[in-house]
Amino acid sequence: MIARTLAGGALADLDRDDVAQNPVKISVHDLNMYYGNVRALHGITMDIKERAVTALIGPSGCGKSTFLRTLNRMNDTIPGARIEGIVTIDGVNIYAPDVNVAALRRMVGMVFQKQNPFPKSVFDNVAYGPRLHGITDRAFLEHRVEESLKKSALWDEVKDRLHTSAMQLSGGQQQRLCIARVLAVNPEIILMDEPASALDPLSTAKIEELIHQLRKHYTIVIVTHNMQQAARVSDYTAYFYMGSLVEFGETKGIFTNPEKKETEDYITGRFG
Amino acid sequence: MDHKLFKKDVHWGEWLIQKALLLAGISSILIIALIFIFLFREAVRFFHTGTPMDLIGKWVYDDWEERNVFTMMWQSISEVPKYSLIPLICGSFLVAFPATLISAVLGIGCAVYLSEIAPYKVRETLKPALELLAGIPSVVIGFVMLAFIATFVQDLFHTKFRLNAFVGSLGVSLAVLPIMITISEDAMRAVPKELRDASYALGASKWQTIFGTVLPAAVSGISAAVILGFGRALGETMIVLMATGNAALVTGNIFSSVRTMTANIAAELGSVAQGSEHYYALFLVGAVLFTFTFVLNLFSEIVLSKMRQKLRM
Repeated sequence: MIARTLAGGALADLDRDDVAQNPVKISVHDLNMYYGNVRALHGITMDIKERAVTALIGPSGCGKSTFLRTLNRMNDTIPGARIEGIVTIDGVNIYAPDVNVAALRRMVGMVFQKQNPFPKSVFDNVAYGPRLHGITDRAFLEHRVEESLKKSALWDEVKDRLHTSAMQLSGGQQQRLCIARVLAVNPEIILMDEPASALDPLSTAKIEELIHQLRKHYTIVIVTHNMQQAARVSDYTAYFYMGSLVEFGETKGIFTNPEKKETEDYITGRFG
Repeated sequence: MDHKLFKKDVHWGEWLIQKALLLAGISSILIIALIFIFLFREAVRFFHTGTPMDLIGKWVYDDWEERNVFTMMWQSISEVPKYSLIPLICGSFLVAFPATLISAVLGIGCAVYLSEIAPYKVRETLKPALELLAGIPSVVIGFVMLAFIATFVQDLFHTKFRLNAFVGSLGVSLAVLPIMITISEDAMRAVPKELRDASYALGASKWQTIFGTVLPAAVSGISAAVILGFGRALGETMIVLMATGNAALVTGNIFSSVRTMTANIAAELGSVAQGSEHYYALFLVGAVLFTFTFVLNLFSEIVLSKMRQKLRM
């Protein structure tokens, strides 16, 4: 069944009922985030399901990217950033004092808005993560690189030029390389911060297709500006506005019959 | 043709400014070209009397050995003047190499600290302090080397000569340090934040990010800094004139006194008869020096532009 959404376009043909049975992977409780004295997130509470795609939507500056970056503690690198509240992954508070942030980030991979391959070869890009964690065995690395590139649907395009610079790939290929780089460290969760916003429609379609594939094995949280994209790829959608979570629920519900007027206005384009 | 679309707008001020800037740009290039031409024209005149072989060495009768010996010496004021460039080039490199090495180690270390580790406030105090270092007149560095450091070095290493290549290179490394730090720090800062984020997001520590991402991405810029620093070290005059002892010897011993190309020109050009063979020989030394530094600068420019291409995302 493909339902028409308020945003136009189609909902993804996902097996949504299956996902509803999945356990909670990430649990966020009363999360506040400050940049210096500026409060960027206001008491966010939400549960993110395992092996499902959760989309974060909302106008620019609404805090959705900030929220995403609290899930792998990337905000730690920003001076003056401070956090209150609890974020648990598999029941473990990731902001507990003795959490190993490097181990957390291995578990929670991140794909950025602008494709950011290292100015190294394709192979070295994908092998970067495993090497960080002490893997030097060449055969093992080669296997891991091939496997990751296959999972990110890039293998066929780059298998003959693994040792040329990643900067020579097209934008879309670079972004899939960045996804392969994340997959190479065996994450359980993948955060995507507008992964297709700098890409052309064809490359965007490939990324979305890839998200469909990855959804079976990984928990995916994706920030997007594109309503249709959220409808196409996600099982759950969260609407953020001014640092608050306005509405959160199954994508089907949010896009066909939102509870809140603000959500409907945003989705239909009357606002934002 | 009287239509308003055919009337020219006249902005005399703009025209004037444009031409004045053009003149300024052209004249600076012109001045460099003239220096180049003048230097090489005077240098070439050496060959009216001398031969290219003279620049390497001369067969001179040796009273001790009672036979002709091939000598590589710079003895411009002598019964048989000798204008071998070998001891001068040897001296220049014996000072410039260690100086570049010392300042590269210190400078790159300092740049890593400034660009990657130092908190904002520390950086904002350290950078002006480094600019002060750049502002120290080289004669002052030379003086300190000559008067104090040389004694210290001699006590430490028990060297035969108090003033030697090593003391000179210590001084020159101080003079080169600011440029080394500035350029390599710029290179590291030019590495986009996105790359650091990517590294951190894969679970890298700060040091893994510096050594795995930042330094490899900035390596061409840092090489350019080292090459440029080497060029500066070759060209440094006052410090080496004061601190290296000025004995034109062909040697590989860093604790021996040496005379560099620059010090040689500075020491002799003021008291030479214009138009003499000696005078042209000094210009020839200058031309050789200029060629070295020109090639080095050119090379570092190429390396830098390669880096900019590599990082274009």
